[in-house]
Amino acid sequence: MNEKVETPDVLDVDEEGSSSLRSSVIRVLGSWRLAGIAIPFLILFISLSVWVGPFLTKTNLINILDQQSAYLAIAAAGTLVLVAGGLDLSVGAIYGLAAVVSGQLAEHHSPIIAIGAGLLVGLGMGVANGMIVAFLKINPFIATLAMSFVISGIALKASGNNLIVLSQNSGFYKFGNTVFLSIPSAVWITLVFVAILALVLAKTTFGRRVVASGGNAEAARLSGIRVNQIRIITYALSGLAAGYGGVIDTSRLLSAQATGVPNLTFIVLAGVVVGGTSIGGGEGSVPRTTIGVLFIAMIYNGINLTNIDQVYQQIVLGVIILIAVSLDVWARKRRV
Amino acid sequence: MSNGNIEEAPRSTAASVRGDFVVTGVSKRYGGVPALSDVSLTISPGTVHALVGENGAGKSTLGKIMSGVIPPDEGTMSLGGESLSFKSPRDALSHGIVTIVQELAIVPGLTVAENVYLGVEPSTAGFVRRRQSRRQFRELAKTVGFDLSPDRLAGSLSIADQQKVEIMRALSRNASIVIMDEPTAALSGGETEALHGIIRSLVRDGNSVVLISHYLSEVLALADVITTLRDGELIRTVDAKDATEETLIEGMLGHSLSSAFPEKVVAQEEKPVVLEVEHLQAPGVNDCSFVLHEGEILGIAGLVGAGRSELARAIFRDSKVSGGSVRLKGKDLGGHSPSRSIRRGLVFIPESRKEMGLLVGRSVKENVSLSRLDLVSRLGWITGIRERRKVNEVMKSVTVRAASIRMPVFMLSGGNQQKLMFARSVMCSPNVLIADEPTRGVDVGSKRTIYDLLTEMAGSGMGVVVISSDLEEVLGLAHRVLVMRHGRIITELSGEGINEQAVLAAAFAESTNKGTVPS
Repeated sequence: MNEKVETPDVLDVDEEGSSSLRSSVIRVLGSWRLAGIAIPFLILFISLSVWVGPFLTKTNLINILDQQSAYLAIAAAGTLVLVAGGLDLSVGAIYGLAAVVSGQLAEHHSPIIAIGAGLLVGLGMGVANGMIVAFLKINPFIATLAMSFVISGIALKASGNNLIVLSQNSGFYKFGNTVFLSIPSAVWITLVFVAILALVLAKTTFGRRVVASGGNAEAARLSGIRVNQIRIITYALSGLAAGYGGVIDTSRLLSAQATGVPNLTFIVLAGVVVGGTSIGGGEGSVPRTTIGVLFIAMIYNGINLTNIDQVYQQIVLGVIILIAVSLDVWARKRRV
Repeated sequence: MSNGNIEEAPRSTAASVRGDFVVTGVSKRYGGVPALSDVSLTISPGTVHALVGENGAGKSTLGKIMSGVIPPDEGTMSLGGESLSFKSPRDALSHGIVTIVQELAIVPGLTVAENVYLGVEPSTAGFVRRRQSRRQFRELAKTVGFDLSPDRLAGSLSIADQQKVEIMRALSRNASIVIMDEPTAALSGGETEALHGIIRSLVRDGNSVVLISHYLSEVLALADVITTLRDGELIRTVDAKDATEETLIEGMLGHSLSSAFPEKVVAQEEKPVVLEVEHLQAPGVNDCSFVLHEGEILGIAGLVGAGRSELARAIFRDSKVSGGSVRLKGKDLGGHSPSRSIRRGLVFIPESRKEMGLLVGRSVKENVSLSRLDLVSRLGWITGIRERRKVNEVMKSVTVRAASIRMPVFMLSGGNQQKLMFARSVMCSPNVLIADEPTRGVDVGSKRTIYDLLTEMAGSGMGVVVISSDLEEVLGLAHRVLVMRHGRIITELSGEGINEQAVLAAAFAESTNKGTVPS
């Protein structure tokens, strides 16, 4: 080791001199993705505040958050799935199943049982997704799409395809509708869940392994990471989040239906992608996803408030996704 | 020996009208490293022109340049006096030059005839005229003397027959110069014979074949002219009649070992065994046994495809081991995953750092700490300061200089990227390190640093296995050398017995020939 210090070849020419330039390049690269969603978000927020009167009111803003609690939670977990190199198209179905399971149980049992069952159903389906993808080695797109049919079928069977309606004075209603500091509990719980996932991805060893598994699965495996195990956990989290989404919305709205929310899976995915998480894995952030989901929610909200034809929601959403994905492709190409 | 220059009645291919294919002063560099320097040769109609050389001598690069797969940096090519400049393999094909690579380009779900006429199907208004295509196929098959049914699915054919399909595809487009890169590497004995017959009949009809092969006996049996390459330079082109296996090997050998290597420290007494591999069976690995001592550098030499990387991955438990055992410090290394092997003190640096080693878009720091996140975290929470300190520490020991450990890996040079792989390994403080092609794509300066690192790691008591296609590297570093061929360890060389002739002779020895070589 000692004689090593004297050897001149220790210094590698290629980083010398240009270090300050390089580190600033890195900083720009690191922040442009956040800026890529934060700036449009702010522009939209300010425009809506200025031009659309009812937008910047406490009621409206809290309303948006309340309505988005399920989406935010599912998208946060979905970010981890994507970063780990997977894809979960069954969240909409799991949401529906958890909604009817908890709704039915809430009619006759304690709220704890109803909530717990909904979450467990979600977790179980998530684990099943993960196992299928990891061990049967089925492409996640196909595996979770097929699972979504299975799960939706179970949900329809379980509910007898009936709309479940609950009464307002049950304890189950309080789960999502207890107001604290003028914000309903659904939003509080979601924020805690999202914050935990954000920290898990950014700051923990598990998060590192998620990134590695999606960035280069072979390298991750040869570095001693159990890629399958990591991916199963991300699917489990995604299932849990979808289960939570179904339960919280049932509690908020006091009704549940096996079909859940149409297009939920894709609206959530859109939020994740608009937040700059790469569909190819290995890159992504929960805070950005949160901004992405809220960005789409604001567009919907703006269109509602201005009485523009709802049809445009769909078109605008589609165009935004295309822009977001093109940006991702472009960013990847810049990198050798 | 071969049927050389007999010009028979020319067939209706371009061969009858074309002249010599002349390559002049061709050079190619990859990231500053010359792969080919100033190579010139002439390929005459009706001959088999063989290219021989060690791994990395530039044979395949030359073949790719001649067939338009990659453009040369310098130099020109001409065919019958007409100057050529290829932008794509398609361009080369339009001049009758086609390459058949090891990885065959057939569509398994289509029939033989459909594969042969892929893209140029006889058709009317977009509808394929199957009958005409079959008739054309039969005519072509008769001319070349292949016995293939046009209606069989190409995927159901043997590899030799698939190669026939490729050759027919080439001929159906009037190819007159066929470049074959290691055509028999994947073939059985019988299939090899069949392919040799095909090559002979091609040249008998006035076509030329450029044969790139590791198998010297094959080269001597088929070729009319043999060009030897070494380190990207043309050593000599000789008439096959004047060549023997000995003269070819001599031509392929490098100059004497340069002083690019650290001094070998030979242990005074026999050190304890740290790794014992016994009768290991795995995909591509056939009954391999060896021991590795503490502080020893063991080299594994052999041709590409001899099973060296497969052996490494089997030891590392990255592939399905079907038999035999691996003992690390006397304890059986069971388990089915690399993660367990790493925890037990065995680390592996894979041959391709980009595909199998690094997360190129992530930071230096993340890449280095990846295998030992437990060292930089508490209860699963990564401690920023601890990670930075730990990473800086190992980075210093492997002498990587990055402007910042937060820099993404793709911004580093190949040499520094490779050193990151060493940094990751050092962080694991292993008992055994297996490095597969540790200096591939690395500049000369970093090479020496990596050699120093390997020597230093061995000096600290680690057992080190170095797999390399660079013979000089194996000879310069290793205390003992194993030579592999066809998934087996053919011979073990040690001390004075380690020399180029012995390694090459063992690596190139035909399986029908002597099994082992006296050292």
